[in-house]
Amino acid sequence: MNVIDVLNRDQLKSNVPEFRSGDTVKVYSKVIEGGKERTQMFEGVVTVRKGGGTAESLTVRRVAHGVGVEKTFLVHSPRVEKIEVSKRGIVRRSRLYYLSEKIGKAARIKEKKPAK
Amino acid sequence: MKNILGRKVGMTSVFTDDGRFVPVTVIEAGPCTVVERRTKEKHGYEAVALGFGSIKKHRTTSALAGHFKKQGVAAQRFVREFRDDIDGAEVGQTVTVASFERGDRVDVVGISKGHGFSGGIKRHNFSGGGASHGSMIHRQPGSNGDTNAGRTVKGSRRPGHYGVDRTTHQNLEVVQADPERNLLLLRGPVPGPKNALVVVRKSVKTKKPAEA
Repeated sequence: MNVIDVLNRDQLKSNVPEFRSGDTVKVYSKVIEGGKERTQMFEGVVTVRKGGGTAESLTVRRVAHGVGVEKTFLVHSPRVEKIEVSKRGIVRRSRLYYLSEKIGKAARIKEKKPAK
Repeated sequence: MKNILGRKVGMTSVFTDDGRFVPVTVIEAGPCTVVERRTKEKHGYEAVALGFGSIKKHRTTSALAGHFKKQGVAAQRFVREFRDDIDGAEVGQTVTVASFERGDRVDVVGISKGHGFSGGIKRHNFSGGGASHGSMIHRQPGSNGDTNAGRTVKGSRRPGHYGVDRTTHQNLEVVQADPERNLLLLRGPVPGPKNALVVVRKSVKTKKPAEA
């Protein structure tokens, strides 16, 4: 195994849950505010999951106070503490760019019920 | 002593302690051996020669083999001299990346990648002509100069051989130094292809280390 592979492997997290576009997730990330560090939670629909290895990222979209907000996180960043899947969605695209053009009912995503 | 020789391994990205995701070049640096101490009295200038990489004895030139023998050190594949930041170096001493730490600024010297015979656009960042609308001038260098002169001025930028030049990239930030694995991670690119020799030395421009 070459040096770079080892370097990259050491930075990967082992506790990343299985999730994909359309799922609703909670991302707990550390933010530094006024010299203090605290954990912030951002919940929304995963619209994009892309990249591989250490560069893997996910984009989460939610509508806050009537305004669409998208945030992109690096999955393996030490600033991202935890990712929790709260709902599974059924979608037919891997990248849900169309969501940003839809409002209200049209922006819903069918939920996948857990198998009994 | 913030001078060392190394081998360029390649590039990747790493997370820093403060959560940034930075592009880095990985250099397998050292351990180097101090091969010679050149002094003002004997040689006319002060310098330290560092050797890096093992080599079979029969592959060294006789001249170098004799030199290594005289200094009492093992045969080295590469030997380079350093003139700055050389206090306290003694022949036979081992130099590792332990003297580097995060936030240090360094200069890196390497031999740039060869591009062969290249045009003005690649070699000198010329603009080039229009691609369509019947322009007929696509990647040509354009004017070669004054017609009154009746000749081309020496040193004008033309197509030609590009690359394989000694290139220095100044003021690179040390992202991580790992003495256990002999690795040095520098932010951004360094000149040269993978596996090529690179010379890392203390930055001439930055006096104080970068803020963490």
